[in-house]
Amino acid sequence: MQAVNVRLIQITLLAVILGGWQLGVTTGVIDRFFFPAPLDIVQQVVTWVIDPGFYKHVGITLSETVLGYLIGTGLGVAAGVWLGLSPFTARILDPFIKAINAIPRVVLAPIFVLWLGLGLWSKVALAVTLVFFVTFFNAMQGVREVNPVVLSNTRILGARRSDLLRHVYFPAAASWILSSLRTSVGFAVVGAIIGEYLGASAGLGYLIARAEGNFDAVGVFAGIIILAVFVLIIDLLLDVAEKRLITWRPKAGEERPA
Amino acid sequence: MSIAAAKIEAVPQPGLPPMVTIDDVTMAFGSFVAVENVNLTVGNGEFLSIVGPTGCGKSTILNAIAGLLKPAKGQVSIDGAQVKSVQNNIGYLFQQDALLPWKTAFQNVELGLMFRGVPVEERRVKVMAWLEKVGLKGFEGRFPHQLSGGQRKRVQMAQALITEPKVILMDEPFSALDIHTRHLMQNELLRLWQEDRRAVVMITHDLEEAIALGDRVVVLAAGPRSRVIESFGVDLERPRNVSEIKLDPKFMTLYRDIWASLRGEVEKSYASR
Ligand SMILES: Nc1ncnc2c1ncn2[C@@H]1O[C@H](COP(=O)(O)OP(=O)(O)OP(=O)(O)O)[C@@H](O)[C@H]1O
Ligand SMILES: [Mg+2]
Repeated sequence: MQAVNVRLIQITLLAVILGGWQLGVTTGVIDRFFFPAPLDIVQQVVTWVIDPGFYKHVGITLSETVLGYLIGTGLGVAAGVWLGLSPFTARILDPFIKAINAIPRVVLAPIFVLWLGLGLWSKVALAVTLVFFVTFFNAMQGVREVNPVVLSNTRILGARRSDLLRHVYFPAAASWILSSLRTSVGFAVVGAIIGEYLGASAGLGYLIARAEGNFDAVGVFAGIIILAVFVLIIDLLLDVAEKRLITWRPKAGEERPA
Repeated sequence: MSIAAAKIEAVPQPGLPPMVTIDDVTMAFGSFVAVENVNLTVGNGEFLSIVGPTGCGKSTILNAIAGLLKPAKGQVSIDGAQVKSVQNNIGYLFQQDALLPWKTAFQNVELGLMFRGVPVEERRVKVMAWLEKVGLKGFEGRFPHQLSGGQRKRVQMAQALITEPKVILMDEPFSALDIHTRHLMQNELLRLWQEDRRAVVMITHDLEEAIALGDRVVVLAAGPRSRVIESFGVDLERPRNVSEIKLDPKFMTLYRDIWASLRGEVEKSYASR
């Protein structure tokens, strides 16, 4: 009952906002150059969605996101596990890592374009620099917080170093990485979009940048809505992935109170 | 009282070749000396119980045998070979939970065999047999968080014993269990041990358990600088039933003697706070 009421209020609120906006634009109170009519935006979205050529852009942004995520995570896990296991190296590299992590990634975009061209890879590189650090810190934390008793037990059972990596350290790191899955995929999307926005010939970010270049506010707003939906769909997929991947952990509501 | 008390040579029952030898071992953490000049020998097939006040260094001694800690002085050897690094021919039942949380009961028990390169099929058969032995048939697919405390302990027991280790170390293995489960598992342990006698070193807070299970009970002094103060042979017949043996008059005499020795140390450990 409560839930239905909440939904009802939410829908009414949305209708009031959008209706008011549409009304404002038609009566001329709101300048449609800056705030185009919701109906025009919807029309633009529909035009794109039924155009097969549009999916090329979606496909490109998606590839950049996925590649950026996979490469960034791979490198982050490798580096995180390595430094987690060698505190000495970690101490030496610490200031460098902090310095690099402090660089706002946006300023790297032109450099990547210079190195890797306007194509896919400069965007992937940008996404990687964002994803890497999230995964890196989580993997390092995961390795450092492995229960020492569990570790001793596994060694006594006969584990060599490679066995420890495979059965103890990587799974320990993985659980932390999975818990940051959402953040890092979010970063991968941001990296891809910003890269496209700053210089590309395809992709959702490019669509928005192009509309902006033409002072086409309808296109910009439509692009933003498409992006939001894109991220929401990825989020839904992650929900499913998370449930499948961490089977060994108590699910929410199923964990022991003690 | 001065330390003029004779150096206690805790030797195994006659007739058993030594399996674990602790030779004049001193264990220290920085400048803190936990145990000093400990001499202890565990015979092959002997069940040794160690009791002592809390914090006296029982776990520390066990860790030295396992090779997890290095003695500051003296040496430990297992079956004639000096312990220099982490041993993997032993089974260690830790006081704490030591299962890998991301592996099922089956996969946890399988670990030791897998690290030894035993083929998959052989592994499966053995793991299933061991899970049945510890009463966990049907629980193969459960993750540790889906098992009760006692069930986790039993998985740990199967995990430690499946590799047929030469020496079994147990650190208060049953202290977290309720009395009924404890009796059940103590009898279970005795049955498993009876099948195939190994050297066992068991730490416990529970003097009854120490006597009921052990061939010998060793008492450690209050720490720091703890040492072995006395060693009692337990000449009760085997096989034993843990809940019945407590009514045996020999058991009660032993209990009184060992408690007389232990009580002073427990009181000292409280007085020194
Ligand atoms: N890593 C360590 N650093 C410093 N001191 C330690 C360390 N580990 C143990 N100790 C000290 O060594 C002594 C012996 O510890 P140990 O864990 O062996 O006791 P224990 O006999 O097993 O006690 P309990 O019965 O309570 O488990 C204690 O005084 C403890 O404080
Ligand atoms: Mg202890």
